[in-house]
Amino acid sequence: MSFMSNSKNFTERFGPIQLDVLKEIGNIGSGHAATSLSKLLHKKIEMHVPGVEVVDFDQVMDLAGGADKEVVSIFQRMEGEAPGTMFFIMAPFQARHFVELMTNASVGFDGGSEMALSALQELGNILSGAYLTALCDFTELDIQSTVPSISQDMVGAILSMGLIELSQVSDAAIVIKTSLTDGEGGEGEFLEGHFFLFPDPSSYQKIFSSLGVREDD
Amino acid sequence: MIKEGQIVRIGIGDMGIVHSPDLIRTSGLGSCVGIVLYDEVKKLAGMAHIMLPESSLAKKQGLKRAKYADTAIEDLMAALKGAGASSYRLKAKLAGGAQMFQFTSSSDMMRIGPRNVEAVKGNLQSLHIPILAEDVGGGCGRTIEFNPETTDLHIRKVNQGESVI
Repeated sequence: MSFMSNSKNFTERFGPIQLDVLKEIGNIGSGHAATSLSKLLHKKIEMHVPGVEVVDFDQVMDLAGGADKEVVSIFQRMEGEAPGTMFFIMAPFQARHFVELMTNASVGFDGGSEMALSALQELGNILSGAYLTALCDFTELDIQSTVPSISQDMVGAILSMGLIELSQVSDAAIVIKTSLTDGEGGEGEFLEGHFFLFPDPSSYQKIFSSLGVREDD
Repeated sequence: MIKEGQIVRIGIGDMGIVHSPDLIRTSGLGSCVGIVLYDEVKKLAGMAHIMLPESSLAKKQGLKRAKYADTAIEDLMAALKGAGASSYRLKAKLAGGAQMFQFTSSSDMMRIGPRNVEAVKGNLQSLHIPILAEDVGGGCGRTIEFNPETTDLHIRKVNQGESVI
C-alpha cells in the first residue's frame, strides 16, 4: 500500500499507537540531548515530558509563542532515510544566556557576533546529534543532519520552513515538541528552549515500519 | 457615531476579505507571501497568506486552496467580486517571500520564498492586475496590515521597525 494513495487524510492516519511511538522518539531523543547539554554547561538540565500533537498550522505557531513573537532559532535539516526538519527555539535572552554559559563570556547575541553564532551552532550540533543518535538507534534508519543555521526572527517566519514539505499533503501538522530547562530556576537565570521535530510526510512510513508498527493499527 | 474598525487576522495558508473601516493583518511571513487585492473605490480588500507557488504541487486533493498562489488569487478575486468589487479596478500589494536560511544544499524547498514571489507575480500579470507596491525577498520575517480606507500596507520587521508601502 503506497503512502500517498491512502484515502484518509494525512493526519487522520495517526492513531494513539502511532502518536505514542512518536512521543517515545521525542522522549529518547530529548533525554539524550539533555544529558549532552548537562555535560556541556556543567549544569543539571531537565527534559519535560514531550508532547505530540496533531494541530493546524496556526496552532503550531501558537505552541512556540505566536507567529509574531521574536525568537532565536537553530534550524537543521535531517537528511537520509527519514528526512525532516528540526528547530531549537529560545527567547533572545535565553539564547544570550546559553552563549554566555558556553563561552564563559558576555558576548551576547546582538546582530550575531561570530563567537555567539558559532556557540549556537555548536549547541545545535550537540542537541541534534544527541537526538539523531537516539532516533537512529531506535529505528535503525540512517539519518544525518545539515550544518545548523541560526536566525533571530518571528516564530511564523521561522517555523513555516518546517511546514513547507508537509503543506503539500496536509493542512495540519504533527508536532513533536520537547522543552529543556535547567533544574535550578532562579529568577531570570533559568534556561529554557523548545525542540520541534517535523519529519517529512514520506518519513512517517519509514519510521513506523522500521519499528514494526503498521500504519493502520 | 464613528464606527471603530476591527482587525481581521489571516492565518498561515488562509485568506479573507474586509471592508473599511476594518483592517486586515497576517503575522510572521517568512518564505510565505502576503498578497493584498483591493478596490479603492469600494474600499474593499482581500488578503491571502500564500505558502506554495502552485496548486499542482498538492499531492492530495481537498487541501486549503488559499495556500497556493494560483488558487488563492482566483478565490480572492471571486470573493471580492462577490462583495461588490470591480475586477478591472483591482490592484495588488505584496510582501514576504524571504529566504530565511542560507543553505549549501540548494534544494527547491530552500528557494521557496523567491519561487512564491515569482508565482504570485506571474498570476497577477496574466489577470492584468497591477502591482502598486511590494516589499519582497531579503532574509527576514514580516507582519503586514492593510487599511482599505487609505490603501496603506504597514510592514513590521524584527530589528528594522515599521514601514508603509
